[in-house]
Amino acid sequence: MNIQPVFLASDILFYLLLAMLAGFGCWASRQRNFRESWRQVVLNPLALVSLVVLLTYLAVGLLDSIHFQQKVTTASNGKTYYSAQVKSLLDVALGGLGDHSEKTYSAPFALHLYAKELARNDTGTMEQIYPRLHSINPSVKTAQDRRQDVFGRIAVSVIEGIVLTLILSLIFSLYLRRQSALTFSKQWRQLLMGRARKPWGLLLVTLGVIIFVILLIAHLSGQYHMFGTDKVGNDVLYQALKSIRTGLLIGSLTTLVMLPFALILGAMAGYFGGIVDDIIQYVYTTLSSIPGVLLIAAAILSIQIYIANHPEAFTTIAGRADARLIALCIILGVTSWTSLCRVLRGETLKLREVDFIQAARALGVGWFRIISRHVIPNVMHIVLIAIALDFSMLVLAEAVLTYVGVGVDPTTISWGNMIDSARLELAREPVVWWSLVAAFLFMFVFVLAANLFADALREAFDPRMAKR
Amino acid sequence: MFAYIVRRMIYAIPVLIGVNVITFLLFFMVNTPDDIARAQLGEKHVTEAAIQRWKHTHGYDKPLFYNSEKQGVHQFSDTLFYTKSMRLFSFHFGSADSGRPIGYDIKQRMWPSLAIAVPTLLVGLMLNVTFAMLMVFFRQTYLELSGVILCIVMMSVSGMFYIIMGQFLIGKLLHLVPISGYDYGWEAIKFLVLPVAIGVVAGIGTGARWYRTIFLEEVNKDYVRTARAKGLSEVFVLFHHVLKNAMIPILTGVVVIIPSLFMGSLLMESFFGIPGLGSYTIDAIRQQDFSIVRAMVFLGTVLYIIGLILTDISYTLVDPRVRFD
Repeated sequence: MNIQPVFLASDILFYLLLAMLAGFGCWASRQRNFRESWRQVVLNPLALVSLVVLLTYLAVGLLDSIHFQQKVTTASNGKTYYSAQVKSLLDVALGGLGDHSEKTYSAPFALHLYAKELARNDTGTMEQIYPRLHSINPSVKTAQDRRQDVFGRIAVSVIEGIVLTLILSLIFSLYLRRQSALTFSKQWRQLLMGRARKPWGLLLVTLGVIIFVILLIAHLSGQYHMFGTDKVGNDVLYQALKSIRTGLLIGSLTTLVMLPFALILGAMAGYFGGIVDDIIQYVYTTLSSIPGVLLIAAAILSIQIYIANHPEAFTTIAGRADARLIALCIILGVTSWTSLCRVLRGETLKLREVDFIQAARALGVGWFRIISRHVIPNVMHIVLIAIALDFSMLVLAEAVLTYVGVGVDPTTISWGNMIDSARLELAREPVVWWSLVAAFLFMFVFVLAANLFADALREAFDPRMAKR
Repeated sequence: MFAYIVRRMIYAIPVLIGVNVITFLLFFMVNTPDDIARAQLGEKHVTEAAIQRWKHTHGYDKPLFYNSEKQGVHQFSDTLFYTKSMRLFSFHFGSADSGRPIGYDIKQRMWPSLAIAVPTLLVGLMLNVTFAMLMVFFRQTYLELSGVILCIVMMSVSGMFYIIMGQFLIGKLLHLVPISGYDYGWEAIKFLVLPVAIGVVAGIGTGARWYRTIFLEEVNKDYVRTARAKGLSEVFVLFHHVLKNAMIPILTGVVVIIPSLFMGSLLMESFFGIPGLGSYTIDAIRQQDFSIVRAMVFLGTVLYIIGLILTDISYTLVDPRVRFD
């Protein structure tokens, strides 16, 4: 075996989350009233595009969650040693983009470093020059060469992208033909001309753009730093891509922590009333009166000290960073379940008086069964909307918390850390803007897609919206 | 009304005690005072004597909840929980790890926080309501759709982006205002313009979208139709009838945060170097000064509860149907 899989705790939680998502998908597709709403979501052009973008981010995050160690050597006693460096499939797919590092800053597509260095020139005297980047092919000498090279690579990406999209459209038409009476060629032409009745043409265009971007990265990033390099010479594009996993984890693990609290306690408070209601209300009022940032700060400070004082429990840097990431998600979950719980309590109070639940009670159905079979399915749309709206907020919150100093570990690659370490670079002359722009751009696309999707979800699932 | 307020304040006491217990548990159960001392003194190579000295000077050398060495009331009062947490109820915040009195610092730093938070809130509120009204006025047109999409785009941009770009464009490239700093008196204005403007712009997306939902819920009700049938202009209907009736949900969102304005904005104050409570908190978090964080948690909770009570009172002012009995 040349490699050995490594399972970080957050990886396992991420797989678990995906399994739950798949399970929920199966369940939801069997519910008739849900199916109609989902159809409405998917047929909404903006939501469809957002969904494709979100799935792309999810795929990158998943690739980045499959970790392994490479074999270094086999000792004489037959024991194999593995590299201490944990890599993910994403690192492999990016082809060592994270490995080759320059000395310091360099602008996007630059041929030379940002800072001058003392070096020996052709005639043999020492001189202050801008050293060339290591990754650039020696045949590319001037800016003119570079322009030709870059445009050549872009042209290749465009052609390949169009070919792949056409192939995709053929497969897609084959699939669609099974559902409609149109002939295959007619179906294909409709799809390409954008005249299909459903927004499939748009879907194809979105997929085409994503394929093009992937090809572009594949063709260009091997040679150039598309978003430049940061202070210690790491590729910024690589960091921005690695941050996707952190953002996804913060958004989704928090939901995983928050959901059971909100669902169970909210339903119980509304269903039982009386003393149970009083206690649960007291708990969430207390928790929600503490300013969120401060509670998170207090908890993270405590955990930091705990980790620092128990080095034996966290042996590797990756493990320590991972523990802090999970702790952050748990704390965010604990602070954010209260508002959903309050809404669910109110909804359950209303549901309790509805005929079918009264009937179930009269028939002697137990409380657990009533809550799990009758109450929870009927508040699912509220939960879904709340999760979707919270998700984007959490991704944005990560950056703020990291800036405050209570976010993810400084060694975890995240948009927050990128912004935090780059925010003072705007004061340099010439301005170092690429780290910030890359972090904000990747975060913006992600959050925008999540927000647009959440908006469509709300329109489709919120009964108050439907009336309008 | 008076009886109601008193009752609400009594209800607040168990909540405050709960908050104190939570923060106390967070700070002292996960980490013993020894751990805190070691972290403060620098992790490694710390002698036992140094830890004891630090604990004694900062008052951490007491048992957690129950002191068996003392007599009577002192069995409970001479403990960490009482001296560090319950004393907060009388607003005795004690002193920070650096030795400065926290209460004095809070009083000093409150004003810059207010100077930045109050204008942001007021200008933002007016702008958001106007923007939302415009969207409702042009409802079901492409103008509204583009307004909504603009809102979603604006709320998808990280708040830090607005701050960093604002500082860069207006402070560094155009040299219109100083990038950061603060001054007291009228001189403060030139330091405040940029953070307030950025705060307002950063809030438009979320705010205007939220108010639009509120207005849309009102706009199809019967009384609005009656007003239109009387021949009133749409603008008059919107600003006179709809706005008045949308006041309750608006107040719920606004009044509750008024007391918290004292706490200031963490990001704004830290980026613009304004010596308010927000930057005070951030500095405390970065220096791991637990006393300050604890005091701020308590203060924030008290202000939040006051906000809730104020919200209820404001309901009676705008809606004659709401009464306290």
